[in-house]
Amino acid sequence: MVTAVTSMGRSGLYDWLMQRVTAVILLAYFLLVGWVLIGGVDYASWKALYSQTWMRVFSLLALLSLGIHAWVGLWAVFTDYLTERLMGTTGNVLRLLAQVVCAIVMFTYVVWGIQILWGF
Amino acid sequence: MLQVSIYRYNPETDAEPYMQEVQVDTGGKDIMVLDVLELIKAQDTTVAYRRSCREGVCGSDGVNMNGKNGLACITPLSETVRNNKLVLRPLPGLPVVRDLVVDMGMFYAQYEKVQPYLLNDSPAPAIERLQSPEDREKLDGLYECILCACCSTSCPSFWWNPDRFIGPAGLLQAYRFLADTRDTATEERLSRLDDPFSVFRCHGIQNCVNVCPKGLNPTRAIGHIRNMLLSRAT
Repeated sequence: MVTAVTSMGRSGLYDWLMQRVTAVILLAYFLLVGWVLIGGVDYASWKALYSQTWMRVFSLLALLSLGIHAWVGLWAVFTDYLTERLMGTTGNVLRLLAQVVCAIVMFTYVVWGIQILWGF
Repeated sequence: MLQVSIYRYNPETDAEPYMQEVQVDTGGKDIMVLDVLELIKAQDTTVAYRRSCREGVCGSDGVNMNGKNGLACITPLSETVRNNKLVLRPLPGLPVVRDLVVDMGMFYAQYEKVQPYLLNDSPAPAIERLQSPEDREKLDGLYECILCACCSTSCPSFWWNPDRFIGPAGLLQAYRFLADTRDTATEERLSRLDDPFSVFRCHGIQNCVNVCPKGLNPTRAIGHIRNMLLSRAT
């Protein structure tokens, strides 16, 4: 049993499951957006699409999924390359800093995304 | 003449490791890499490597041959040599004791963590714990592991976290006892594995499957463990 408090859900199983679920949501969202784009869009049809509540909810879901997916993935990258084993205590400091930066970026994108989705 | 480049490091005399170029006369035969090592040893007795059974059973001579881990004793030159060149290095990711000999301490520590022995509190029967042929079949592809460490030392997740990720060899054995109907500690075993590192550091890149000299599939075993953890928690 290894303790880890900086992962998404503090459980490997939960993180693994969330990464899979969010991947499916993201795939569905980007397939939809890609399909709409291939069909051809102009400003009016694009605005009409994003004026519908279901599209806004779906977009927010995709945005949250992106945040969770990125958190799980980057946490794995950080705990591989920025570690105490590789660079001593510096590794821990760098990793926590990197995670805080990621968290702020993701939080900003989510709030900004909500503002965009419901703000126009 | 086969051109061999062999990793040399003696911590008592060398400041750092270096590659030594050696010409080996194989007599034009498709001999095993271990035979080449023996020929090199005849030229230069200071070369150090592990070997024992020379038939792929003991798992002592796991080395990195032209970039791929395997057992030197059962790898013919025709399988690994390209352009008459053979590069021999110790298994990656483990501390080098000398030349091709690595310190397997971290590998064994992970193996020990999974309690690789039967756990059963019920009184032992007079002769043996019986198992149906069908239940016994579930252990095929798991019990054959010889702990040569070719898989774990080819796994990047194990390179970066050898102290926290059990690694393919250990997890294959973990599943070998999870799948054993005579073992009664399934719940405790799963609890010990349920964290973000022990099992879930596996990203399924299957380097382990690619190099296993016994043709085993640790990735599949890890998948089974994950499914057991999942059905236990949902």
